[in-house]
Amino acid sequence: MTGQGSANRYRTALLFSAMAVLLALVGMIQSWNVAFTLLNLCLISAIMTLGVNIQWGYAGLVNFGMMGFTALGGLAGVLVAVPPVTKAVAAGGAGILIALIVAVITVIAAVFIWRRCAGSGRRQLWATTLVVVSGLVVFRLVLDPAVSIIEAIEPAKTGYLGGLGLPILLSWIVGALMAAGVAWVIGKISLGLRSDYLAIATLGISEIIIYVLKNEDWLARGVKNVNGLPRPVPYEVDLQAEPWLISVSEYLDISVIDASSLIVKICYAAFFVVVLAVLYRLAEAALDSPWGRMMRAIRDNEVSANAMGKNVTARHLEVFVIGSAIVGLAGAMLTTLDGQFTPASYQPLRFTFLIWVMVIVGGSGNNAGSILGGFLIWFFWIEAEPIGLWFISAITAGMADDSWLKAHLIENAAHTRLMTMGLVLMLVLRFAPRGLIPEKKR
Amino acid sequence: MIDLLNALVLITNFIIVPAMTYGSQLALGALGVTMIYSVLRFSNFAHGEMMSFGAMATILMTWYLQGQGVSLGPLPTALIAIPVGIVATIGLVIMTDRLVFRYYRRIRAENVTYLIVSIGVMFFIGGLIRFIIGPNDQVFTDGQRFILKARAFKAMTGLNEGLAIKTTQGITIITAIIMVSFVFWFLNKTRTGKSMRAYSDNEDLALLSGINPERVVMITWIITAALAATAGALYGLDKSYKPFTYLSLLLPIFAAAIVGGVGNPVGAILGGFVIAFSELTLTFAYKKFLTYLLPDSMAPSGLMQLLSTDYKIALSFVILVIVLLIRPTGIIGGKTL
Amino acid sequence: MSYLIGKDMTGGYGGADILHGCTIGVEKGEIAVVVGPNGAGKSTAMKAIFGMLALRQGHVMIDGEDISHLKPEERVIKGMGFVPQTNNIFTSMTVEENLEMGAFIRDDDISETMQQVYDLFPILKEKRRQPAGELSGGQRQQVAVGRALMTQPKVLMLDEPTAGVSPIVMDELFDRIIEVARTGIAILMVEQNAKQALHIADKGYVLVQGENRYTDTGAALMANPEVRRAFLGG
Repeated sequence: MTGQGSANRYRTALLFSAMAVLLALVGMIQSWNVAFTLLNLCLISAIMTLGVNIQWGYAGLVNFGMMGFTALGGLAGVLVAVPPVTKAVAAGGAGILIALIVAVITVIAAVFIWRRCAGSGRRQLWATTLVVVSGLVVFRLVLDPAVSIIEAIEPAKTGYLGGLGLPILLSWIVGALMAAGVAWVIGKISLGLRSDYLAIATLGISEIIIYVLKNEDWLARGVKNVNGLPRPVPYEVDLQAEPWLISVSEYLDISVIDASSLIVKICYAAFFVVVLAVLYRLAEAALDSPWGRMMRAIRDNEVSANAMGKNVTARHLEVFVIGSAIVGLAGAMLTTLDGQFTPASYQPLRFTFLIWVMVIVGGSGNNAGSILGGFLIWFFWIEAEPIGLWFISAITAGMADDSWLKAHLIENAAHTRLMTMGLVLMLVLRFAPRGLIPEKKR
Repeated sequence: MIDLLNALVLITNFIIVPAMTYGSQLALGALGVTMIYSVLRFSNFAHGEMMSFGAMATILMTWYLQGQGVSLGPLPTALIAIPVGIVATIGLVIMTDRLVFRYYRRIRAENVTYLIVSIGVMFFIGGLIRFIIGPNDQVFTDGQRFILKARAFKAMTGLNEGLAIKTTQGITIITAIIMVSFVFWFLNKTRTGKSMRAYSDNEDLALLSGINPERVVMITWIITAALAATAGALYGLDKSYKPFTYLSLLLPIFAAAIVGGVGNPVGAILGGFVIAFSELTLTFAYKKFLTYLLPDSMAPSGLMQLLSTDYKIALSFVILVIVLLIRPTGIIGGKTL
Repeated sequence: MSYLIGKDMTGGYGGADILHGCTIGVEKGEIAVVVGPNGAGKSTAMKAIFGMLALRQGHVMIDGEDISHLKPEERVIKGMGFVPQTNNIFTSMTVEENLEMGAFIRDDDISETMQQVYDLFPILKEKRRQPAGELSGGQRQQVAVGRALMTQPKVLMLDEPTAGVSPIVMDELFDRIIEVARTGIAILMVEQNAKQALHIADKGYVLVQGENRYTDTGAALMANPEVRRAFLGG
């Protein structure tokens, strides 16, 4: 097996070096700031891809709810790191809490009634509906007044409950935990579904999550966004005053502003690399362990695994929770990097489907492949615009300057990236379905 | 008596007419999705973009016609253009099947593979559309806007509440009825249609009976493309065309197909209307309605809204999730999971 | 030479051979029954004759013509009809639609054939607008046979038609099969219920481990003490 193993390792090293070269090229041709921004987002994408791969590659689960888990991670950033709006908490906090308790009680009661009346069709339906509707009514009665109070407090600046005022790095863990919790609930109820139904259900649930975040202003200001999140790294303006930075910028012959922003990005990159490295190590260890072998056995033949007494449902749930937690972690990291929480920015195309392209292209079932896929696809997603523009400009160079076609092509060059991504995905699935770095035979 | 009439008109104007329209759009989309599911056995995530493509082709043709001075009087010029949109979409869809999906049929790929491939197709067609027509809002309606104006209605009946029916709403409902009837006639009365149902019912036996699978597949795509193009164009006529919106239409359409009973054409239609009516009835503010019906002393003060209008679209997802968990075969019972 | 014959058939599903030089044939208007223990290769022999698996050696001839290279759909055109053991009807379609689909490859007027099928199976005429899936087990088998008859085959092959039905239904099914044979169609049947099947058989083949062990008329096989002991329960 060593022959195949070392060939794979050689190939992996080659591909990653190529990736590094690409990033360096961006740094030299465009700017180092752009290159490092790209690197940071590549790192985050790689982590998300790792999370999805754990669900898809290890267990064959199709989770289209990435967008929701990422948003939950971002929400954690807000809930953990933003200072509490004391007035709002005092006025409406209790109301919100009671409403949430009512909601939980309603759900528990509904499940209980459902189970109790199982088998008596009509009665089951009516009883549960009654419980749910009455619970909903009470919930609204308690929630609405609390919400109006909270949202009325300085809506331009706050209008929400605020957070706990703790260090934002903590939110990375909290984000993972929140995502894990929600994933547990989702998994418990929907993992029995077949692949495409699971995909649709998770997509639907993630849309619901985003919807709630966009509309419940009392939680995280909805579409008004939460800006100015605290950070774990220095602020550029503070750095610009530092003498050592000024000498560095003189030495490198770049502006002080550029240098400061570069340093900030490098700091983030350092954090992200550490997280990625840790996750990768853990993921690889898990794959090699008896647990990993069992997961693969289940994925390759669920029926016989079941017959052998392996609790397939429990294992699937584990994998679903862990993978989603990682995505939540990445979501928190992303919001930390952005410094703001923007619910409207969570789009299924960018967060769910693009990550799936990364997983497939990189190599399903292979952790290094996921990382590479994350890097590569994100790189091309961003760089497709300048590259496409350059390409189209080159093609249309011969055309008359006032040609409608030329103007139209140049204007819409940016959209070639969607087409390119689609093409890449289709080509990989057709000609290299195991991805760039196929799963190692263990 | 007058109050009762007013209440009825209120409901008709704000719930029934919009729900019939939206339901028709969803039904057309869901019918296409369900046919692909029952014959090709996968959920086509690219369906939204196929609808968008049909709408785009229709728009381009409409602009051309409008540029040539062609008009249809009170009706939107787009009506003439829709057949062109249908033909264009059929072409796109057949080419996609030939270049992309057919390979996976040959290698007998798993259901999941088709799903992910359709995501690639979704990306590609989506990009293509934006490349051709740009990402912005396009309005291409012309002709008379209303069949029945609220003011005219009030003048006619002397009621307090007005009933307005937009031309596009009327067109959507009528076109949907026509297309759906045609599809049902085709599936139930023609030999080819029956062979499609047979193929969907029992593939091996159908092959044994000499039914040509590639022909069945092609006809399915053709019908689906026609439905998708029409639904897309009608939606764009009624609201406005923005390439971006069709991805978000995908979920309500899947919801409609699944709720009604996936794989079952009647289920798709039913599901479309169930979703549309639920969305509107559960987020409507019943204050005025109740004020008409109840004696003055009991008139409500609050909005009497069960869920805020913001949650309209989320509602279809909630219904979908609930149906998937409780009764995955849908209301009528399509193919089981 | 029999009207339909699978001669010296050797082959399997890709791995080891299941059939070893097995020969099965049937004349027009005759009922031939293939019996044997489980795993003897009965269904495999049937599928080989129909073309659902490739033979390494041997060939299949119908009316003197070698059809060994034809696909099942093409053999239907040559006059073969096949009733699979399971999944042999379109459950969501009506009885009449099932019959229509049975005649799919024909482009002439099928109403006369359909009337013949209804004459043979009166219950189908009664329930012709009902979805086939709603019928009882025995009635569904009748739909399956009727469906196969719609191409006006010269040979009808049935794979365990009485599997899982009650004895009364089984008797009725065999009665119908005899009626079909009387119209001049050759019947080739694989059966698990050996005793009852050999009772109506003109010719019987006992297969063991993919080979012909005994070949004789149905009556003779039933009288044969060895056959009785081994397969007919004494």
